[in-house]
Amino acid sequence: MSKFSYLGVLAFILFGTVWLEIILQARVLRKLKRLVLTITPVVVLFVIWDYYAITNNHWFFDETKVTGITLIGFLPLEELLFFIIVPIAALLSFEAVRSIKQEKAGDEK
Amino acid sequence: MTYIQIGIIYCLLAFVLDFYILKTKVLKLRMFWLSYVIVLFFQFVTNGILTKNLIVRYNDFALIGGDYSDKTPPMIGDGRLFYAPVEDVFFGFSMIVMTISIWIWLGRKNIQRQPFSGSPPKWWPKGHWYGTKK
Repeated sequence: MSKFSYLGVLAFILFGTVWLEIILQARVLRKLKRLVLTITPVVVLFVIWDYYAITNNHWFFDETKVTGITLIGFLPLEELLFFIIVPIAALLSFEAVRSIKQEKAGDEK
Repeated sequence: MTYIQIGIIYCLLAFVLDFYILKTKVLKLRMFWLSYVIVLFFQFVTNGILTKNLIVRYNDFALIGGDYSDKTPPMIGDGRLFYAPVEDVFFGFSMIVMTISIWIWLGRKNIQRQPFSGSPPKWWPKGHWYGTKK
């Protein structure tokens, strides 16, 4: 356990899913514009939730297990990265399943 | 508001977004649920690491379960599911539904609609829940 514990878990999520982009041709990361437009509103909504939860002490972080870098006054760097990496992992999983199952989601035409 | 109240509001928001605002209806797709089950499994693994090791801690006044703000929570029970508060499932579910719904909506709006996800490699297994169609 160290200052990089939380970051380590995030790295695990990222490296655990990026292979889907290549091996299963999920084609998420290569659609950067669509990816940024998808993630931005999600990040905003969950930063709002995080702001409420942190300022009301719903949850907090072990200072010895996070980097201590705080953004916009309250948001730990790890939390922002979580709100970016987890949606990417979810999209890679969804598109990988679509690649295998070859089913339609309505954006094909 | 408590954690579960916000969780339910966000899940309802995700449902309304998916069904009535963006009309993507990813919640009706078989492959959404298949990918969600896979993601949920890994959520239990990674969130279990974060919560068992007290990297992320919760105060019990906003939780369904008891106070484990300074001691290891149980794996199952007292409002915990694989060490994490059960409320985290609502948190994760709303995040994933919103993400995939917006992603599909943008595709329908022709924003980087292509290239579609490709095909798995030839050695990928056939059949079963994890394999390609026979």
